[in-house]
Amino acid sequence: MNAIVVDHLCKTYRNGVDAVKDVSFTVSTGEIFGLLGPNGAGKSTTVRILATLSAPSGGSAQVAGHDVGHDAAGVRRRIGYVAQASGVDRHGTGRENLTLQAHLERVPKREIAGRVGSLLEWIGLTEAADRLVNTYSGGMKRRLDIAMGLVHEPEVLYLDEPTTGLDPETRSALWADLKRIRQERKLTVLLTTHYLEEADQLCDRVAIIDRGRLVIEGVPSDLKAKIEGDAVTLNVEGRTSEGASVLRTMEDVLEVIEDGDSVIARVGHGATAVPALITALERAGIGVNAVTLSRPSLDDVYLHYTGHRFTSNGMAEQNHQASPNRRGGDQR
Amino acid sequence: MNTFISDTLHLLIRHLRTTLRIPIWIVVTLVQPVIWLTLYGQLFRRVVELPGFGNTTYIQFLTPGVVIMTALFGSAWSGMGLIEDLNEGVMDRMLATPAHRGALIAARVLHAAVTVLVQSLIILLFGLVLGASLPGGIGAFLAILGIAALLGAGFSAFSNGVALLTRREETLIAVINFFGMPLTFLSTAFMAATLMPSWIGVIATVNPVNWGVNAARDAMAGVNWGGVGVNMALLAGFVLVTSFFASQAFRVYRRAA
Repeated sequence: MNAIVVDHLCKTYRNGVDAVKDVSFTVSTGEIFGLLGPNGAGKSTTVRILATLSAPSGGSAQVAGHDVGHDAAGVRRRIGYVAQASGVDRHGTGRENLTLQAHLERVPKREIAGRVGSLLEWIGLTEAADRLVNTYSGGMKRRLDIAMGLVHEPEVLYLDEPTTGLDPETRSALWADLKRIRQERKLTVLLTTHYLEEADQLCDRVAIIDRGRLVIEGVPSDLKAKIEGDAVTLNVEGRTSEGASVLRTMEDVLEVIEDGDSVIARVGHGATAVPALITALERAGIGVNAVTLSRPSLDDVYLHYTGHRFTSNGMAEQNHQASPNRRGGDQR
Repeated sequence: MNTFISDTLHLLIRHLRTTLRIPIWIVVTLVQPVIWLTLYGQLFRRVVELPGFGNTTYIQFLTPGVVIMTALFGSAWSGMGLIEDLNEGVMDRMLATPAHRGALIAARVLHAAVTVLVQSLIILLFGLVLGASLPGGIGAFLAILGIAALLGAGFSAFSNGVALLTRREETLIAVINFFGMPLTFLSTAFMAATLMPSWIGVIATVNPVNWGVNAARDAMAGVNWGGVGVNMALLAGFVLVTSFFASQAFRVYRRAA
């Protein structure tokens, strides 16, 4: 059974920007599916279409068996939407926010108080329940956000960049929460992120989106397995082009990438190749400062399929994108 | 319809709660009308000696004008809250629920009407303290509050419509400033109709603020109840037109997403 079916979805905004170009994927019931890509790749637009907030320019999508275009009301009843831009009312308390959300989501009246109470407990906000959201920390606000998406026990939950703007500690706490959701609730989750680590940790399957197109889709471990060999990162103090040309002549080296002060060589078996790589570089008069050996990560998957590195791209976008979050912080 | 009413009610409670948490805003919005009533009322006391005002005191003449002005400015900023909701993602979150779309706007319009009702009541009582009288009695009292609420609902819907189309606080402020004062001065709020230049008189006949001022003044004096009824009907029509404008603006907003 498929909870989400996305079929040749396209979105062109009025200003001519092609945000989503012919994207197709399916998410099975009960799965955590990750849309992975840098900001501006079209992830949020895709989720907004699936949440009926934006109309597709082409293609179609069904959520829990209901078409987002023809039966938007049917979709809305079955989804929980946790947007990147929070969406809690800062001037209300946590309990008030949840209660209003429950009313709007058509939770039966006599169940509301009980459900709100147990959700507050579940996210550890019982003590802060009657304080204004204005006084909440970023992590508390985010947990409230997620609880609001769950108050009507939806079949499908969208989490758009759930950990963007959170410090690492809060992020890993939230990951634990999300894993708990998965264990305790029968629910399909569509998660977007620009953190490879996050997709790797949380998702059953991921789709990499780059510039509006779906590049590759699959189970994270399968995707990684398709990338041959290990990555050996050799710090050569900036003499990267010389180092790269030396390494390219070597037989066992599959691929060489220059990255900052380092060269990255992809080799069949990292541990046995390292001495040979260092020797070759030193023979050419290039000193090696540090060596790291890594198993293929989603980062490598991304690099392999898109032709450019994920981290630098994602970071640049992330800084650009930090301002709305920071604004929220200032207002507290 | 059922969901429309219950959604509107729950959203209205949210807006009222927010207002009650920051009651300073009610006070702030009352500072100006109080100044108008006390200073203007004193400064122009002898204006009523001009032929055209009839047998009245200026505070008697001015009070309904300032009540309506309060209603205008108490409601015209209603769209600011909506822009905050758009920016904070609150609107998107609600649009992703089965919530009745019309209720999202109706609750704001009702909220403005309720706020304006309270503000008008305070200003009206203040006018009475300063020496205005209420020959129209309790009926006049209720009619004036009703007129203020209608005017408030109309301008709130207008403000929310502009907010949805512009989505920027700066633009909304500019629009409200552009309309607010001229609409007040192009009415009989401060000056008798017979003493206006004829072109202002012409504009005043199609100015909702003027309908409100005339209706409130007649009701206060307990005269011309037929005219009060006509002006209130015109105001009700104004509410319908601006509400239609707001709902169309909402449609445009959602389609542009």
